[in-house]
Amino acid sequence: MVGRAPAFVTTALPFIVVGAFWEIVAHLQLFPARLFPSLETVASTFVRLTVSGMLPQHAAGTVLRLACGFALAAIVGVAVGIAMGRWRLAEDLALPLVSMGAPIPGIAYAPLFLLWFGLGNVSTILLVGFVSAFPIIFNTWTGVKAVKDVWVRAALAMGADDRRLFHKVIVPGALPHILTGLRLGLAQAWRILIGVEMLAAVPWGLGWMIFGAREFLNTDVMLAGVVVIGAIGLGLEKGVFKRLEDFTVVRWGMMT
Amino acid sequence: MSALPDRARSLRRLLTSLLLAAAVYEGLARSGAFAPALLPTIATVARALFDGVLDGTLPAHALSTLYRVLIGLALAIAIALPLGIGMGRYRPIESFFLPLASALMPIPSLAWVPLFILWFGLGNATAIGIVCYAAIFPMLINAWSGVRAVNPLWLRVGSAMGAGERTLFWKVIVPGSLPFLLAGLRQAFLRAWIAVVGAEMLAASDWGLGWVIFDAKEFLKADVMLAALAVIGLIGFAFERLVFGALERLTVERWGMLRAGKG
Repeated sequence: MVGRAPAFVTTALPFIVVGAFWEIVAHLQLFPARLFPSLETVASTFVRLTVSGMLPQHAAGTVLRLACGFALAAIVGVAVGIAMGRWRLAEDLALPLVSMGAPIPGIAYAPLFLLWFGLGNVSTILLVGFVSAFPIIFNTWTGVKAVKDVWVRAALAMGADDRRLFHKVIVPGALPHILTGLRLGLAQAWRILIGVEMLAAVPWGLGWMIFGAREFLNTDVMLAGVVVIGAIGLGLEKGVFKRLEDFTVVRWGMMT
Repeated sequence: MSALPDRARSLRRLLTSLLLAAAVYEGLARSGAFAPALLPTIATVARALFDGVLDGTLPAHALSTLYRVLIGLALAIAIALPLGIGMGRYRPIESFFLPLASALMPIPSLAWVPLFILWFGLGNATAIGIVCYAAIFPMLINAWSGVRAVNPLWLRVGSAMGAGERTLFWKVIVPGSLPFLLAGLRQAFLRAWIAVVGAEMLAASDWGLGWVIFDAKEFLKADVMLAALAVIGLIGFAFERLVFGALERLTVERWGMLRAGKG
């Protein structure tokens, strides 16, 4: 993403400058230390919570919830998207609903889901799945529609049956779009999951942890949590999908 | 967007699908399998919407939500636009701010809510701060890549014809990167719209559509919730189609800069 191979120093410099600035403000005690902790406090809290196993457990809860919700969205979303791309009837019926539902911010549904499915995991996972399904459906549908007609006709002329056509032509042909959809869906899921965890009072989760820390003015716990949230977000962005793309569409020469 | 010739078909399928969905919903709501307080009939929701609009509460809530979004968005633009353009034009600015932006971007805006509540208290300041955070990154990244995408040939032609730095900026760089800037604005609004609803729920103040939905949960008023959801969807849709659509048509589309098949 950053491009142009930056040397280690140029990448580290801005963080050092901002960190130094933060330290100066914190140590001058311009704000109460409880609200504006110094970096060493945050770091020691981070270590303390990691060693005691709290932080990893919260993080595991969040990641597990994300994985479940996203898996749900991926299965349903890709299935619906392919159906919409292949059959006119499915397209006619589903497209208006999908395009009307997509612009409503997912988190606005949160209280409704809580009312319907109760506080806790079920609501959170369903909501995350629901929200991230939209971009997946859209992109899968576009992808299936974008499969070149010539490919389909060539495969048919060479005697491919429906199944083979589907597995060998349509799915690989639509894959770049599907992967884009999955990536967008995951980003969307991640963006609201933390908020939903705060609302849904789940037993373990980073969102709940940082929201609960508010009651005790534990700003250091919040900041440690935010760091972990950022690290997971970065990992999702760089680690998961980049790898998957390199492995499939880039290797097949469909995307660079 | 879809091709124009089958406009009639798209209208027909819109109606069919909406009617079908409404019928299924109505059937579920009336079947009595779920409590009516949790799954109100469409008539009840329409009534709640109507009442809310008539007694002026829903418009008032919508206005305070819009106020937060627009102020936050304006702040984000005021920060991100100069910074993004600066990053696109000057290497040192780019190498300083890009790593920071890449590190902050993966943190969802709602993760800052608890911290902002402690720092700024419940209410407007927190909501506006969250909106601003959510909107800054799409704007920044788009401004940055937009400026970098300006054809260097145009810049050289401009300078060859004697344009100064200022003229170059206003006549070449800004119009040249405008498609990106508008795309950034669009994304920024979408993110801001999500963030404001979440922030209003968590940092409950007394006004705002997010707060209405959250508050309605306490009283099991699913009809009020659905009515507020409809308003949220409608405003989002109106901005997306009317405001940004018009902006694009008036500028980049008229200048013939937008490629066909935008995502």
